[in-house]
Amino acid sequence: MLSWLFASSSQRRILGRPAGVSGPTPWLIAIMSFSMIVVAAAGLAVSNTAGTIAKSAEHRYSVQVPDGARNLPAVISALRSARGVSGAEAVPEADMRATLKTWLGSEADNPDLPVPAMASFDLAAGADIAAVERQVKSAAPNATIVAHRENLRPVLRSLRVLQWLALGLVALLAAAAAAAVVLAARGALDTHRFTIDVMHGMGATDVQVTQLFQRKIAIDALVGSAAGAAAAAAVLLLFTASATALGELTGGVRLGLADIMLLLLLPLALTALATWVARTAVLTALRQAL
Amino acid sequence: MRPQWQGGGHAEARPAGGKGGRGLSAIVEFDSVGLRYGTGAEVLRDLNFRLQKGGFYFLTGPSGAGKTSLLKLLYLAQRPTRGRVQLFGEEISDAPRAALPEFRRRIGIVYQDFRLIRHLSAFDNVALPLRIAGSSEADVEAPVREMLAWVGLADRSSARPPTLSGGEQQRVAIARAVINRPQLLVADEPTGNVDADMAQRLLHLFTALNRLGTTVVVATHDISLIKEMPGAHMIRLEGGTMVDPTGALKNPPQTGWVEVQR
Ligand SMILES: Nc1ncnc2c1ncn2[C@@H]1O[C@H](COP(=O)(O)OP(=O)(O)OP(=O)(O)O)[C@@H](O)[C@H]1O
Ligand SMILES: [Mg+2]
Repeated sequence: MLSWLFASSSQRRILGRPAGVSGPTPWLIAIMSFSMIVVAAAGLAVSNTAGTIAKSAEHRYSVQVPDGARNLPAVISALRSARGVSGAEAVPEADMRATLKTWLGSEADNPDLPVPAMASFDLAAGADIAAVERQVKSAAPNATIVAHRENLRPVLRSLRVLQWLALGLVALLAAAAAAAVVLAARGALDTHRFTIDVMHGMGATDVQVTQLFQRKIAIDALVGSAAGAAAAAAVLLLFTASATALGELTGGVRLGLADIMLLLLLPLALTALATWVARTAVLTALRQAL
Repeated sequence: MRPQWQGGGHAEARPAGGKGGRGLSAIVEFDSVGLRYGTGAEVLRDLNFRLQKGGFYFLTGPSGAGKTSLLKLLYLAQRPTRGRVQLFGEEISDAPRAALPEFRRRIGIVYQDFRLIRHLSAFDNVALPLRIAGSSEADVEAPVREMLAWVGLADRSSARPPTLSGGEQQRVAIARAVINRPQLLVADEPTGNVDADMAQRLLHLFTALNRLGTTVVVATHDISLIKEMPGAHMIRLEGGTMVDPTGALKNPPQTGWVEVQR
Protein backbone atom coordinates (compact mmCIF):
# COMPACT_ATOMS: atom_id res chain seq x y z
CA MET A 1 0.00 0.00 0.00
CA LEU A 2 2.48 2.58 1.20
CA SER A 3 5.38 0.29 0.48
CA TRP A 4 6.39 2.52 -2.41
CA LEU A 5 6.99 5.20 0.18
CA PHE A 6 8.95 3.28 2.74
CA ALA A 7 12.11 1.28 2.45
CA SER A 8 12.78 -1.68 4.70
CA SER A 9 15.42 -1.43 7.41
CA SER A 10 18.00 -3.33 5.35
CA GLN A 11 17.26 -1.07 2.39
CA ARG A 12 17.67 1.94 4.61
CA ARG A 13 21.11 0.74 5.67
CA ILE A 14 22.20 1.00 2.05
CA LEU A 15 22.61 4.76 2.31
CA GLY A 16 24.34 4.33 5.64
CA ARG A 17 22.70 7.30 7.26
CA PRO A 18 22.09 7.68 10.94
CA ALA A 19 18.55 6.76 11.86
CA GLY A 20 16.17 9.51 12.91
CA VAL A 21 15.93 13.16 12.11
CA SER A 22 19.09 14.98 11.12
CA GLY A 23 20.42 17.68 8.87
CA PRO A 24 19.11 21.15 8.10
CA THR A 25 15.93 20.09 6.27
CA PRO A 26 13.73 19.56 9.35
CA TRP A 27 14.70 22.99 10.66
CA LEU A 28 13.95 24.61 7.37
CA ILE A 29 10.60 22.91 7.10
CA ALA A 30 9.81 23.84 10.71
CA ILE A 31 10.46 27.52 9.99
CA MET A 32 8.34 27.35 6.84
CA SER A 33 5.55 25.54 8.65
CA PHE A 34 5.61 28.05 11.50
CA SER A 35 5.51 31.05 9.17
CA MET A 36 2.82 29.52 6.99
CA ILE A 37 0.52 28.84 9.91
CA VAL A 38 0.96 32.26 11.50
CA VAL A 39 0.41 34.04 8.20
CA ALA A 40 -2.55 31.83 7.36
CA ALA A 41 -4.07 32.43 10.80
CA ALA A 42 -3.71 36.18 10.30
CA GLY A 43 -5.28 35.86 6.87
CA LEU A 44 -8.21 33.89 8.26
CA ALA A 45 -8.69 36.40 11.07
CA VAL A 46 -8.75 39.24 8.56
CA SER A 47 -11.17 37.31 6.42
CA ASN A 48 -13.45 36.68 9.40
CA THR A 49 -13.29 40.34 10.40
CA ALA A 50 -14.20 41.41 6.90
CA GLY A 51 -17.06 38.91 6.91
CA THR A 52 -18.39 40.15 10.23
CA ILE A 53 -18.17 43.77 9.18
CA ALA A 54 -19.78 43.12 5.83
CA LYS A 55 -22.56 41.12 7.42
CA SER A 56 -23.32 43.70 10.09
CA ALA A 57 -23.40 46.46 7.49
CA GLU A 58 -25.24 44.60 4.82
CA HIS A 59 -28.77 45.76 5.67
CA ARG A 60 -27.94 48.80 7.74
CA TYR A 61 -28.61 52.31 6.49
CA SER A 62 -28.26 55.80 7.97
CA VAL A 63 -30.20 58.89 7.25
CA GLN A 64 -28.49 62.24 7.58
CA VAL A 65 -31.02 64.81 8.58
CA PRO A 66 -30.02 68.47 8.22
CA ASP A 67 -31.72 70.75 10.70
CA GLY A 68 -32.23 67.70 12.84
CA ALA A 69 -33.97 69.25 15.80
CA ARG A 70 -36.93 70.11 13.60
CA ASN A 71 -37.01 67.23 11.10
CA LEU A 72 -35.80 64.18 12.99
CA PRO A 73 -39.10 63.13 14.60
CA ALA A 74 -40.88 63.27 11.21
CA VAL A 75 -38.12 61.21 9.59
CA ILE A 76 -38.27 58.62 12.33
CA SER A 77 -42.02 58.23 12.04
CA ALA A 78 -41.76 58.09 8.23
CA LEU A 79 -39.20 55.27 8.60
CA ARG A 80 -41.31 53.39 11.11
CA SER A 81 -44.26 53.43 8.72
CA ALA A 82 -42.18 52.38 5.69
CA ARG A 83 -42.40 48.79 4.47
CA GLY A 84 -39.46 46.48 5.35
CA VAL A 85 -37.86 48.88 7.79
CA SER A 86 -37.04 47.74 11.29
CA GLY A 87 -34.97 49.03 14.17
CA ALA A 88 -35.32 52.65 13.12
CA GLU A 89 -33.81 54.88 15.77
CA ALA A 90 -32.47 58.33 16.18
CA VAL A 91 -28.83 58.73 16.93
CA PRO A 92 -29.00 61.39 19.66
CA GLU A 93 -26.95 64.52 19.20
CA ALA A 94 -25.03 63.73 22.38
CA ASP A 95 -23.89 60.42 20.85
CA MET A 96 -22.77 62.16 17.70
CA ARG A 97 -20.78 64.70 19.68
CA ALA A 98 -19.20 61.93 21.74
CA THR A 99 -18.12 60.21 18.57
CA LEU A 100 -16.78 63.43 17.08
CA LYS A 101 -14.77 64.02 20.26
CA THR A 102 -12.45 61.22 19.20
CA TRP A 103 -11.44 63.34 16.27
CA LEU A 104 -12.05 66.90 17.35
CA GLY A 105 -11.39 66.80 21.08
CA SER A 106 -13.23 69.31 23.27
CA GLU A 107 -14.08 71.32 20.15
CA ALA A 108 -16.81 68.73 19.57
CA ASP A 109 -18.73 70.17 22.49
CA ASN A 110 -18.78 73.62 20.90
CA PRO A 111 -22.47 74.44 20.40
CA ASP A 112 -21.48 76.49 17.33
CA LEU A 113 -20.43 73.30 15.59
CA PRO A 114 -23.38 72.16 13.50
CA VAL A 115 -23.88 68.49 14.17
CA PRO A 116 -26.26 66.77 11.78
CA ALA A 117 -28.93 64.60 13.21
CA MET A 118 -28.81 60.97 12.24
CA ALA A 119 -31.19 58.11 12.12
CA SER A 120 -30.34 54.53 11.35
CA PHE A 121 -32.43 51.53 10.38
CA ASP A 122 -32.31 47.99 9.04
CA LEU A 123 -33.95 47.14 5.77
CA ALA A 124 -35.38 43.66 5.26
CA ALA A 125 -33.89 41.73 2.36
CA GLY A 126 -35.82 42.37 -0.83
CA ALA A 127 -37.49 45.55 0.43
CA ASP A 128 -37.40 48.57 -1.86
CA ILE A 129 -34.94 51.22 -0.65
CA ALA A 130 -36.25 53.69 -3.27
CA ALA A 131 -39.73 53.60 -1.70
CA VAL A 132 -38.21 54.18 1.74
CA GLU A 133 -36.19 57.07 0.36
CA ARG A 134 -39.31 58.70 -1.15
CA GLN A 135 -41.12 58.54 2.19
CA VAL A 136 -38.11 59.98 4.02
CA LYS A 137 -37.76 62.80 1.48
CA SER A 138 -41.41 63.71 1.85
CA ALA A 139 -40.81 64.12 5.58
CA ALA A 140 -37.51 65.98 5.15
CA PRO A 141 -36.57 66.90 1.56
CA ASN A 142 -32.83 67.42 2.31
CA ALA A 143 -32.35 64.12 4.10
CA THR A 144 -29.95 61.68 2.47
CA ILE A 145 -29.84 57.94 2.91
CA VAL A 146 -26.48 56.17 2.91
CA ALA A 147 -26.00 52.42 2.89
CA HIS A 148 -23.35 51.38 5.47
CA ARG A 149 -22.10 48.94 2.92
CA GLU A 150 -21.11 51.90 0.72
CA ASN A 151 -19.19 53.59 3.51
CA LEU A 152 -17.40 50.39 4.36
CA ARG A 153 -16.49 49.44 0.82
CA PRO A 154 -12.92 50.89 0.93
CA VAL A 155 -12.28 49.25 4.30
CA LEU A 156 -13.58 45.92 3.09
CA ARG A 157 -11.51 46.19 -0.05
CA SER A 158 -8.37 46.74 2.04
CA LEU A 159 -9.23 43.76 4.19
CA ARG A 160 -9.72 41.58 1.11
CA VAL A 161 -6.35 42.72 -0.23
CA LEU A 162 -4.75 41.73 3.08
CA GLN A 163 -6.47 38.39 2.87
CA TRP A 164 -5.12 37.71 -0.62
CA LEU A 165 -1.72 38.91 0.50
CA ALA A 166 -1.75 36.31 3.27
CA LEU A 167 -2.79 33.62 0.83
CA GLY A 168 -0.02 34.66 -1.55
CA LEU A 169 2.51 34.59 1.26
CA VAL A 170 1.43 31.08 2.24
CA ALA A 171 1.85 29.98 -1.38
CA LEU A 172 5.27 31.65 -1.58
CA LEU A 173 6.39 29.97 1.64
CA ALA A 174 5.24 26.62 0.27
CA ALA A 175 7.17 27.27 -2.94
CA ALA A 176 10.27 28.23 -0.95
CA ALA A 177 9.95 25.07 1.14
CA ALA A 178 9.60 23.01 -2.03
CA ALA A 179 12.69 24.63 -3.55
CA ALA A 180 14.65 23.95 -0.38
CA VAL A 181 13.56 20.33 -0.43
CA VAL A 182 14.66 20.00 -4.06
CA LEU A 183 18.10 21.34 -3.12
CA ALA A 184 18.29 18.99 -0.15
CA ALA A 185 17.29 16.04 -2.34
CA ARG A 186 19.90 16.94 -4.96
CA GLY A 187 22.51 17.28 -2.24
CA ALA A 188 21.61 13.87 -0.88
CA LEU A 189 21.84 12.43 -4.40
CA ASP A 190 25.30 13.93 -4.87
CA THR A 191 26.43 12.58 -1.53
CA HIS A 192 25.29 9.10 -2.48
CA ARG A 193 26.16 9.23 -6.18
CA PHE A 194 28.60 6.35 -5.85
CA THR A 195 26.13 4.07 -4.08
CA ILE A 196 23.45 4.95 -6.60
CA ASP A 197 25.74 4.18 -9.54
CA VAL A 198 26.61 0.82 -8.05
CA MET A 199 22.95 0.05 -7.45
CA HIS A 200 22.01 1.07 -10.98
CA GLY A 201 24.74 -1.19 -12.29
CA MET A 202 23.14 -4.08 -10.42
CA GLY A 203 19.79 -3.38 -11.98
CA ALA A 204 18.14 -1.20 -9.33
CA THR A 205 15.23 0.77 -10.74
CA ASP A 206 14.83 4.50 -10.21
CA VAL A 207 11.87 3.83 -7.96
CA GLN A 208 13.98 1.54 -5.79
CA VAL A 209 16.67 4.18 -5.44
CA THR A 210 14.08 6.88 -4.79
CA GLN A 211 12.54 4.84 -1.97
CA LEU A 212 15.80 5.10 -0.10
CA PHE A 213 15.56 8.89 -0.13
CA GLN A 214 11.90 9.68 0.19
CA ARG A 215 11.42 7.96 3.51
CA LYS A 216 14.10 10.13 5.06
CA ILE A 217 12.68 13.27 3.47
CA ALA A 218 9.10 12.40 4.45
CA ILE A 219 10.14 11.92 8.07
CA ASP A 220 12.21 15.12 8.10
CA ALA A 221 9.28 17.02 6.61
CA LEU A 222 6.73 15.56 8.99
CA VAL A 223 8.82 16.24 12.07
CA GLY A 224 9.71 19.74 10.85
CA SER A 225 6.11 20.60 10.00
CA ALA A 226 4.82 19.32 13.32
CA ALA A 227 7.43 21.26 15.27
CA GLY A 228 6.66 24.42 13.30
CA ALA A 229 2.94 23.90 13.87
CA ALA A 230 3.44 23.45 17.60
CA ALA A 231 5.47 26.66 17.80
CA ALA A 232 2.86 28.51 15.74
CA ALA A 233 0.05 27.23 17.98
CA ALA A 234 1.93 28.43 21.06
CA VAL A 235 2.48 31.87 19.55
CA LEU A 236 -1.13 32.16 18.40
CA LEU A 237 -2.46 31.14 21.83
CA LEU A 238 -0.19 33.64 23.55
CA PHE A 239 -1.35 36.32 21.18
CA THR A 240 -5.02 35.51 21.72
CA ALA A 241 -4.55 35.49 25.49
CA SER A 242 -2.93 38.90 25.47
CA ALA A 243 -5.37 40.13 22.82
CA THR A 244 -7.97 41.21 25.35
CA ALA A 245 -5.91 44.37 25.56
CA LEU A 246 -5.87 44.50 21.81
CA GLY A 247 -9.52 43.48 21.64
CA GLU A 248 -10.45 46.71 19.92
CA LEU A 249 -7.85 46.15 17.26
CA THR A 250 -8.82 42.60 16.44
CA GLY A 251 -12.51 43.36 16.84
CA GLY A 252 -12.72 40.37 19.13
CA VAL A 253 -12.43 38.13 16.10
CA ARG A 254 -11.86 34.48 16.85
CA LEU A 255 -10.88 31.64 14.57
CA GLY A 256 -13.66 29.15 14.07
CA LEU A 257 -13.38 25.39 14.22
CA ALA A 258 -13.21 25.18 10.42
CA ASP A 259 -10.35 27.70 10.44
CA ILE A 260 -8.43 25.68 13.00
CA MET A 261 -8.94 22.49 11.00
CA LEU A 262 -7.63 24.32 7.95
CA LEU A 263 -4.56 25.47 9.87
CA LEU A 264 -3.95 21.93 11.11
CA LEU A 265 -4.09 20.68 7.53
CA LEU A 266 -1.28 23.05 6.52
CA PRO A 267 1.60 21.09 8.10
CA LEU A 268 0.21 17.88 6.66
CA ALA A 269 -0.08 19.47 3.24
CA LEU A 270 3.47 20.78 3.61
CA THR A 271 4.71 17.28 4.45
CA ALA A 272 2.92 15.81 1.46
CA LEU A 273 4.25 18.57 -0.78
CA ALA A 274 7.83 18.12 0.43
CA THR A 275 7.70 14.36 -0.03
CA TRP A 276 6.20 14.59 -3.48
CA VAL A 277 8.63 17.28 -4.59
CA ALA A 278 11.60 15.32 -3.25
CA ARG A 279 10.43 12.16 -4.98
CA THR A 280 9.96 13.99 -8.25
CA ALA A 281 13.33 15.74 -7.95
CA VAL A 282 15.13 12.47 -7.25
CA LEU A 283 13.38 10.62 -10.07
CA THR A 284 14.13 13.46 -12.49
CA ALA A 285 17.77 13.56 -11.48
CA LEU A 286 18.12 9.80 -11.76
CA ARG A 287 16.75 9.88 -15.27
CA GLN A 288 19.81 11.86 -16.38
CA ALA A 289 21.90 8.71 -16.06
CA LEU A 290 21.60 5.73 -18.39
CA MET B 1 36.50 -30.32 -20.10
CA ARG B 2 33.94 -27.84 -21.20
CA PRO B 3 31.92 -29.05 -24.14
CA GLN B 4 30.65 -25.51 -24.78
CA TRP B 5 33.97 -24.41 -26.06
CA GLN B 6 36.25 -27.35 -26.47
CA GLY B 7 36.28 -27.30 -30.19
CA GLY B 8 32.57 -26.79 -29.98
CA GLY B 9 32.99 -23.17 -30.86
CA HIS B 10 34.40 -24.09 -34.24
CA ALA B 11 31.89 -26.81 -34.87
CA GLU B 12 29.06 -24.44 -34.09
CA ALA B 13 30.14 -21.82 -36.57
CA ARG B 14 26.98 -21.00 -38.45
CA PRO B 15 26.37 -20.36 -42.09
CA ALA B 16 26.91 -16.69 -42.81
CA GLY B 17 23.70 -14.73 -42.95
CA GLY B 18 21.65 -17.41 -41.25
CA LYS B 19 20.22 -14.88 -38.88
CA GLY B 20 17.61 -17.04 -37.22
CA GLY B 21 20.01 -19.78 -36.29
CA ARG B 22 22.70 -17.36 -35.22
CA GLY B 23 20.75 -15.91 -32.31
CA LEU B 24 20.31 -19.28 -30.64
CA SER B 25 23.51 -19.54 -28.66
CA ALA B 26 24.88 -16.01 -28.93
CA ILE B 27 24.62 -14.15 -25.64
CA VAL B 28 26.22 -10.99 -27.01
CA GLU B 29 26.09 -9.72 -30.55
CA PHE B 30 27.80 -6.55 -31.81
CA ASP B 31 26.91 -5.27 -35.25
CA SER B 32 28.97 -2.34 -36.66
CA VAL B 33 29.23 -0.91 -33.17
CA GLY B 34 30.95 2.41 -32.57
CA LEU B 35 31.27 4.42 -29.38
CA ARG B 36 32.35 7.96 -28.77
CA TYR B 37 32.32 9.93 -25.54
CA GLY B 38 30.66 13.29 -26.02
CA THR B 39 31.96 14.92 -29.17
CA GLY B 40 35.34 13.22 -29.11
CA ALA B 41 36.65 10.76 -31.66
CA GLU B 42 35.31 7.23 -31.71
CA VAL B 43 37.08 5.11 -29.10
CA LEU B 44 35.46 1.95 -30.47
CA ARG B 45 34.94 1.41 -34.19
CA ASP B 46 33.32 -1.17 -36.42
CA LEU B 47 32.98 -3.91 -33.87
CA ASN B 48 31.35 -7.01 -35.30
CA PHE B 49 31.40 -10.12 -33.16
CA ARG B 50 29.31 -12.57 -31.22
CA LEU B 51 30.00 -14.23 -27.90
CA GLN B 52 28.70 -17.72 -27.35
CA LYS B 53 26.55 -18.60 -24.38
CA GLY B 54 28.70 -20.40 -21.84
CA GLY B 55 31.95 -19.19 -23.37
CA PHE B 56 35.01 -17.89 -21.54
CA TYR B 57 36.54 -14.82 -23.15
CA PHE B 58 39.64 -12.81 -22.52
CA LEU B 59 39.71 -9.24 -23.76
CA THR B 60 43.22 -7.87 -24.23
CA GLY B 61 44.94 -4.98 -25.87
CA PRO B 62 47.18 -2.07 -24.99
CA SER B 63 46.20 0.60 -22.53
CA GLY B 64 43.66 2.94 -24.06
CA ALA B 65 42.61 0.41 -26.69
CA GLY B 66 39.02 0.57 -25.45
CA LYS B 67 38.67 -2.55 -23.31
CA THR B 68 36.84 -0.85 -20.48
CA SER B 69 34.68 0.99 -23.01
CA LEU B 70 33.69 -2.28 -24.62
CA LEU B 71 32.87 -3.80 -21.24
CA LYS B 72 30.72 -0.77 -20.44
CA LEU B 73 28.69 -1.56 -23.52
CA LEU B 74 28.36 -5.13 -22.26
CA TYR B 75 27.20 -4.21 -18.78
CA LEU B 76 24.96 -1.41 -20.04
CA ALA B 77 26.80 1.54 -18.56
CA GLN B 78 27.01 2.99 -22.09
CA ARG B 79 24.90 2.82 -25.19
CA PRO B 80 26.65 2.49 -28.54
CA THR B 81 26.69 5.73 -30.51
CA ARG B 82 26.55 3.66 -33.69
CA GLY B 83 25.50 0.17 -34.65
CA ARG B 84 23.50 -2.43 -32.77
CA VAL B 85 24.17 -4.36 -29.58
CA GLN B 86 22.16 -7.42 -28.69
CA LEU B 87 22.25 -8.99 -25.27
CA PHE B 88 20.52 -12.24 -24.38
CA GLY B 89 19.09 -12.24 -27.87
CA GLU B 90 17.42 -8.86 -27.45
CA GLU B 91 18.22 -5.54 -29.00
CA ILE B 92 19.35 -3.17 -26.28
CA SER B 93 21.02 -0.32 -28.20
CA ASP B 94 17.77 1.64 -28.28
CA ALA B 95 15.81 -0.18 -25.59
CA PRO B 96 13.94 2.24 -23.33
CA ARG B 97 15.77 3.19 -20.17
CA ALA B 98 13.16 1.48 -18.04
CA ALA B 99 13.92 -1.86 -19.72
CA LEU B 100 17.60 -1.84 -18.74
CA PRO B 101 17.41 -2.85 -15.05
CA GLU B 102 15.96 -6.19 -16.02
CA PHE B 103 18.97 -6.90 -18.25
CA ARG B 104 21.44 -5.60 -15.69
CA ARG B 105 20.15 -8.06 -13.11
CA ARG B 106 21.36 -10.87 -15.34
CA ILE B 107 24.89 -9.43 -15.50
CA GLY B 108 27.54 -9.63 -12.80
CA ILE B 109 30.21 -6.94 -12.84
CA VAL B 110 33.62 -6.94 -11.23
CA TYR B 111 34.88 -3.39 -11.53
CA GLN B 112 38.56 -2.74 -11.72
CA ASP B 113 38.32 -0.57 -8.62
CA PHE B 114 35.90 -3.00 -6.87
CA ARG B 115 33.30 -0.30 -6.20
CA LEU B 116 32.34 -1.76 -2.85
CA ILE B 117 30.07 0.43 -0.73
CA ARG B 118 32.34 1.41 2.10
CA HIS B 119 29.76 1.90 4.83
CA LEU B 120 28.22 -1.54 4.25
CA SER B 121 29.64 -4.74 5.72
CA ALA B 122 31.01 -7.39 3.41
CA PHE B 123 27.77 -9.27 4.02
CA ASP B 124 25.57 -6.34 3.02
CA ASN B 125 27.72 -5.61 -0.02
CA VAL B 126 27.35 -9.15 -1.25
CA ALA B 127 23.63 -9.15 -0.38
CA LEU B 128 22.91 -5.98 -2.34
CA PRO B 129 22.15 -7.62 -5.72
CA LEU B 130 19.75 -10.05 -4.04
CA ARG B 131 17.95 -7.25 -2.22
CA ILE B 132 17.73 -5.21 -5.39
CA ALA B 133 16.31 -8.22 -7.18
CA GLY B 134 13.62 -8.32 -4.52
CA SER B 135 14.65 -11.37 -2.48
CA SER B 136 13.12 -11.49 0.97
CA GLU B 137 15.51 -11.20 3.92
CA ALA B 138 14.94 -14.89 4.66
CA ASP B 139 16.28 -15.76 1.21
CA VAL B 140 19.34 -13.54 1.54
CA GLU B 141 21.09 -14.90 4.61
CA ALA B 142 22.02 -18.41 3.47
CA PRO B 143 23.28 -17.69 -0.07
CA VAL B 144 25.36 -14.76 1.12
CA ARG B 145 26.97 -16.80 3.90
CA GLU B 146 27.64 -19.57 1.43
CA MET B 147 29.16 -17.22 -1.11
CA LEU B 148 31.38 -15.56 1.49
CA ALA B 149 32.57 -18.97 2.60
CA TRP B 150 33.24 -19.87 -1.00
CA VAL B 151 35.57 -16.90 -1.43
CA GLY B 152 37.17 -17.66 1.94
CA LEU B 153 35.72 -14.71 3.84
CA ALA B 154 33.24 -16.46 6.13
CA ASP B 155 34.85 -14.89 9.19
CA ARG B 156 35.00 -11.40 7.70
CA SER B 157 31.35 -10.99 6.86
CA SER B 158 30.76 -8.05 9.19
CA ALA B 159 33.94 -6.22 8.19
CA ARG B 160 33.63 -3.03 6.18
CA PRO B 161 35.63 -2.74 2.94
CA PRO B 162 38.16 -0.19 4.24
CA THR B 163 39.23 -2.68 6.89
CA LEU B 164 39.80 -5.45 4.33
CA SER B 165 43.00 -6.11 2.40
CA GLY B 166 43.06 -5.49 -1.33
CA GLY B 167 42.72 -9.17 -2.10
CA GLU B 168 39.88 -9.54 0.37
CA GLN B 169 38.07 -6.60 -1.16
CA GLN B 170 38.52 -8.14 -4.58
CA ARG B 171 36.96 -11.37 -3.37
CA VAL B 172 34.02 -9.48 -1.85
CA ALA B 173 33.58 -7.74 -5.20
CA ILE B 174 33.61 -11.06 -6.99
CA ALA B 175 31.20 -12.64 -4.50
CA ARG B 176 28.86 -9.69 -5.08
CA ALA B 177 29.17 -10.08 -8.84
CA VAL B 178 28.26 -13.75 -8.81
CA ILE B 179 25.75 -13.98 -5.92
CA ASN B 180 22.82 -13.78 -8.33
CA ARG B 181 24.28 -16.48 -10.59
CA PRO B 182 24.46 -14.05 -13.50
CA GLN B 183 24.17 -15.30 -17.04
CA LEU B 184 27.00 -12.98 -18.01
CA LEU B 185 29.98 -12.12 -15.83
CA VAL B 186 32.06 -9.13 -16.84
CA ALA B 187 35.35 -8.50 -15.06
CA ASP B 188 37.63 -5.54 -15.77
CA GLU B 189 41.24 -6.24 -14.84
CA PRO B 190 40.09 -8.38 -11.91
CA THR B 191 43.64 -9.35 -11.07
CA GLY B 192 45.16 -5.94 -11.63
CA ASN B 193 46.53 -5.49 -8.14
CA VAL B 194 46.87 -8.88 -6.54
CA ASP B 195 49.80 -11.27 -6.49
CA ALA B 196 50.08 -14.21 -8.86
CA ASP B 197 48.71 -16.70 -6.34
CA MET B 198 45.63 -14.64 -5.70
CA ALA B 199 45.18 -14.11 -9.43
CA GLN B 200 45.12 -17.86 -9.92
CA ARG B 201 42.60 -18.36 -7.15
CA LEU B 202 40.32 -15.72 -8.62
CA LEU B 203 40.61 -17.30 -12.04
CA HIS B 204 39.48 -20.56 -10.49
CA LEU B 205 36.40 -18.84 -9.15
CA PHE B 206 35.60 -17.70 -12.66
CA THR B 207 36.11 -21.09 -14.21
CA ALA B 208 33.95 -22.72 -11.54
CA LEU B 209 31.18 -20.25 -12.35
CA ASN B 210 31.74 -20.78 -16.05
CA ARG B 211 31.25 -24.51 -15.53
CA LEU B 212 27.86 -23.68 -14.05
CA GLY B 213 26.91 -22.03 -17.33
CA THR B 214 27.85 -18.38 -16.89
CA THR B 215 29.43 -16.66 -19.85
CA VAL B 216 32.59 -14.92 -18.63
CA VAL B 217 34.36 -11.94 -20.17
CA VAL B 218 37.60 -10.87 -18.52
CA ALA B 219 39.58 -7.84 -19.61
CA THR B 220 43.21 -8.24 -18.67
CA HIS B 221 46.78 -7.40 -19.51
CA ASP B 222 47.91 -10.45 -17.64
CA ILE B 223 49.39 -12.89 -20.16
CA SER B 224 50.08 -15.47 -17.48
CA LEU B 225 46.42 -15.50 -16.63
CA ILE B 226 45.54 -16.15 -20.27
CA LYS B 227 48.06 -18.97 -20.41
CA GLU B 228 46.28 -20.59 -17.50
CA MET B 229 43.22 -20.98 -19.66
CA PRO B 230 44.27 -22.69 -22.85
CA GLY B 231 40.65 -23.20 -23.89
CA ALA B 232 39.52 -19.60 -23.59
CA HIS B 233 38.54 -17.42 -26.52
CA MET B 234 40.52 -14.27 -27.23
CA ILE B 235 39.44 -10.83 -28.23
CA ARG B 236 42.16 -8.33 -28.93
CA LEU B 237 41.49 -4.63 -29.26
CA GLU B 238 43.86 -2.09 -30.72
CA GLY B 239 42.92 1.51 -31.21
CA GLY B 240 39.25 0.77 -30.74
CA THR B 241 38.94 -2.05 -33.28
CA MET B 242 39.32 -5.79 -33.08
CA VAL B 243 42.48 -7.11 -34.60
CA ASP B 244 42.87 -10.58 -36.04
CA PRO B 245 41.77 -12.66 -33.13
CA THR B 246 43.74 -15.75 -34.04
CA GLY B 247 46.95 -14.21 -35.31
CA ALA B 248 47.52 -11.44 -32.83
CA LEU B 249 48.17 -13.55 -29.81
CA LYS B 250 50.91 -16.02 -29.17
CA ASN B 251 48.55 -18.50 -27.63
CA PRO B 252 47.89 -21.89 -29.07
CA PRO B 253 45.86 -21.18 -32.18
CA GLN B 254 42.91 -23.36 -31.23
CA THR B 255 42.32 -21.17 -28.21
CA GLY B 256 42.41 -17.84 -29.98
CA TRP B 257 38.89 -18.01 -31.16
CA VAL B 258 36.12 -15.59 -31.53
CA GLU B 259 33.57 -15.54 -34.25
CA VAL B 260 33.93 -12.39 -36.27
CA GLN B 261 31.24 -11.40 -38.69
CA ARG B 262 32.35 -10.14 -42.05
N1 LIG C 1 34.39 8.73 -19.87
C1 LIG C 1 35.23 9.00 -20.89
N2 LIG C 1 35.17 10.17 -21.53
C2 LIG C 1 35.98 10.44 -22.57
N3 LIG C 1 36.91 9.61 -23.03
C3 LIG C 1 37.03 8.40 -22.43
C4 LIG C 1 36.20 8.03 -21.34
N4 LIG C 1 36.53 6.79 -20.96
C5 LIG C 1 37.53 6.40 -21.76
N5 LIG C 1 37.84 7.36 -22.65
C6 LIG C 1 38.83 7.25 -23.71
O1 LIG C 1 38.54 6.12 -24.49
C7 LIG C 1 39.72 5.45 -24.86
C8 LIG C 1 39.61 4.01 -24.42
O2 LIG C 1 39.58 3.98 -23.01
P1 LIG C 1 39.35 2.66 -22.19
O3 LIG C 1 39.24 2.99 -20.77
O4 LIG C 1 38.20 1.92 -22.79
O5 LIG C 1 40.72 1.88 -22.49
P2 LIG C 1 41.25 0.55 -21.87
O6 LIG C 1 41.56 -0.35 -23.01
O7 LIG C 1 40.34 0.04 -20.83
O8 LIG C 1 42.61 1.03 -21.23
P3 LIG C 1 43.35 0.47 -19.90
O9 LIG C 1 44.02 -0.80 -20.31
O10 LIG C 1 44.35 1.52 -19.60
O11 LIG C 1 42.32 0.29 -18.86
C9 LIG C 1 40.85 6.19 -24.21
O12 LIG C 1 41.45 6.99 -25.21
C10 LIG C 1 40.21 7.04 -23.16
O13 LIG C 1 40.90 8.25 -23.03
MG1 LIG D 1 40.39 -0.19 -18.75
